[in-house]
Amino acid sequence: MSARIYRRRFALNIVAQTLASAAALLALVFLAWILWVTVSRGVQAIGVALFTKITAYADQGGLANAIVGSLIIDGMAIALCAPIGVMAGAYLAEYARGTRLGETIRFLNDILLSAPSIVLGLFVYVIVVLPMTAATGGSVTFSALAGSIALALIGLPVIVRTTDEMLQLVPSTLREAALSLGIPQWKLTVQVLMRAAGSGIVTGVLLALARLAGETAPLLFTAFGNNYMAYGPLAKMASLPAAIYQYTNDPNPALHAIAWAGALLITVFVLALSLVARALFASRKTHHD
Amino acid sequence: MVIATDIIDSGQRRSRADARHDAWFRWLLRTCALLVLAALLGAALSTLWGGREVLFGDGLRFLTTTQWNPVENIYGAWAPIYGTLVTSLIAIVIAVPLSFGIALFLTEIAPAWLRTPVATAIELLAAIPSIIYGMWGLFVFVPFMAAHVDPLLDSSLGRLPLIGALFRGPPLGLGLLTAGIVLAVMIVPFISSVMREVFQTVPARLKESAYALGSTTWEVVWDIILPYTRQAVIGGIFLGLGRALGETMAVTFVLGNAYDLTASLLMPGTSISSSIANEFNEAAGLHRSALIALGFLLFVVTFIVLLIARWMLRSLKQKEGTA
Repeated sequence: MSARIYRRRFALNIVAQTLASAAALLALVFLAWILWVTVSRGVQAIGVALFTKITAYADQGGLANAIVGSLIIDGMAIALCAPIGVMAGAYLAEYARGTRLGETIRFLNDILLSAPSIVLGLFVYVIVVLPMTAATGGSVTFSALAGSIALALIGLPVIVRTTDEMLQLVPSTLREAALSLGIPQWKLTVQVLMRAAGSGIVTGVLLALARLAGETAPLLFTAFGNNYMAYGPLAKMASLPAAIYQYTNDPNPALHAIAWAGALLITVFVLALSLVARALFASRKTHHD
Repeated sequence: MVIATDIIDSGQRRSRADARHDAWFRWLLRTCALLVLAALLGAALSTLWGGREVLFGDGLRFLTTTQWNPVENIYGAWAPIYGTLVTSLIAIVIAVPLSFGIALFLTEIAPAWLRTPVATAIELLAAIPSIIYGMWGLFVFVPFMAAHVDPLLDSSLGRLPLIGALFRGPPLGLGLLTAGIVLAVMIVPFISSVMREVFQTVPARLKESAYALGSTTWEVVWDIILPYTRQAVIGGIFLGLGRALGETMAVTFVLGNAYDLTASLLMPGTSISSSIANEFNEAAGLHRSALIALGFLLFVVTFIVLLIARWMLRSLKQKEGTA
C-alpha cells in the first residue's frame, strides 16, 4: 500500500519535473526559432544599397531614410525622456520616500510601464498632431517631433523606475556624510548620489532606448512615414519599424526581403543594448556586494 | 570684529542661497515626477475627448453593436472587443502553465550553472521588438499553423461535441488561435520572471522543512511555494494579461483583420489595437473618432488590469521587506 503511494508520488514528481523542463526548452526553442528566421532572412538582403538608397526606390532601394529617421527620432526621444526621467526618479528616491504622493507616482509609473503603446500614440496624436495641424493650417501635420514625444512616453517610466531603484541602493551613510559637511541637498543629489548611482542610471537609459527603438504602433500616426530623406523635426519622417510595417503589408516579396534586413538591424541593435545594459548592471551589483 | 561679522554675513547669505536653490531644485524634480501622472491622465482624457462623438453620440450602441461599417458610418465595437478578449484569454491559458514550468525549472530543477544563462535567454524574448514577432508570425508561424496545426485540430478536437465548434474551420493559418499563441510567446517572459522572482522569496527553512519530511520537489512547489506566493503569482498573471490586451504589432499581421464574429478560433478576427493600427491613417471624421474611442476603451481596460496586477505585487514587496 505505502509502496504504491510512494511510487505514485515519485512518478508525479518525475512527470512534473519533465514538463517544467520541457516548458523551459520550448521557450528557448521559440527564441532560437525567431532569432534564426530573423538572421537568416535578414542577412540575405543586407548590402550597400540598404544603407545608401532611400525607400522611394521601393524594391530597387534600401532603407537609408528610415535608418536616419529612426536615429533622429530615437535620439530626440531619449533626449526628452532621459533628463525628465532621471529627475522624476530622483524625486521619488530622495524627496518623496514614504510620502503618499511619492508612493502614488511610483505605483502609477509602474502602470505606465506596461500601458499599451498604441494608446500613447493616440494620446500624442490628439495633443500634438491635431493642434499643430490646426495652428499651421495643415502645413505641419505628422512630425518627427510628435513621434519622438510618443516614444519618450514609452521610455520615461523605464528611466524613472531604474533611477529610483538605483538611488535607493546608494548607502545612506553617503548621504549622512555629505549632509554633515553642510552640503545643500541639491548638490548632494547631483554631485554625490547620482555619481554613485551613475552606471545604474545609464543602464536605465540604455534599457529605455532598447525599449523605444523597437516600438512601431505609436509611430504610425505621429511621425507617419516618408519615402524621402527628411531631417527637420517638423517634417514627416520615416523610421525603421514603420518602414518594416509598411513593407510587410505589401504583397511584393522583394519588399519583404528588405523588411527582413531592417528587422535584423533593429533586433541586433535592441538585443545588443539590452545585453550591454545587463552587463553594466551586473558589474555594478558585484561592486556593492 | 568687522571681519567676523563679514564671515557670518557671507555664511548666512550662502545658506540663504542654498535654501533657495534647494527649493528650486525640489520644485523642478517634483514637476518632472508629476509629468508621469500627467501622461497617464492625459492619455485617458485625450482619447476620451477624441472619441467623444462616438462614445457620447451613440451611447451604449457603440459597445453592443457588432457591425463595423465605415461606409455607412456605423461603428460597433463588439467585434474588436471580442477579438482582444479571446486572443488575450488564449494567450493566458497557454502562457500561465508554461511560465509556471519555466519558473519551476529555474528555481528548483536546473543545476545552478544553468539558471542564469537560461533565465537571461528567456528574458531576451521580452526584448525582441513586437514587430519582429509580427513578421515571424506572418511569414513563418502562419504557414506552420496552416500546414500542421489547423488541420490536426480540425480533425481531432473539431469533432468533439460542444467545444468542437471552437476548432472547426479551414486551415488558413491566420486567426484568433494563431494570434493567441504568438501573444503567449510574448508574455511568457514577463509572467515567468515575476514567478521566478517571487519563488525565490520563499524562506529556505520552509522548503527545507518540507523536504526533511520527505516531500518530493513537486510537492514542495505545489504545497509550499505556490500557496506562499499565490497573490504575487496572480499579480504576475494580470501583468501578462495587461501586456496581451494592449499588444499591437504582433497580432495585427496574424489576426486577418476581419470584423466577422465566429465561434471558431481558426477563423480570422480583429482586435482593438489592430483595428486602430490598420485603419487609423485612412480614417477621417466619425471613423477616426470611433478608433480613438476604441483606444479609450483599451486604455481603461488595461489600466484596471494593471492596477490589479500592481496591487497584488505591491503587497509582495511589503512582505519581502518584513521577512
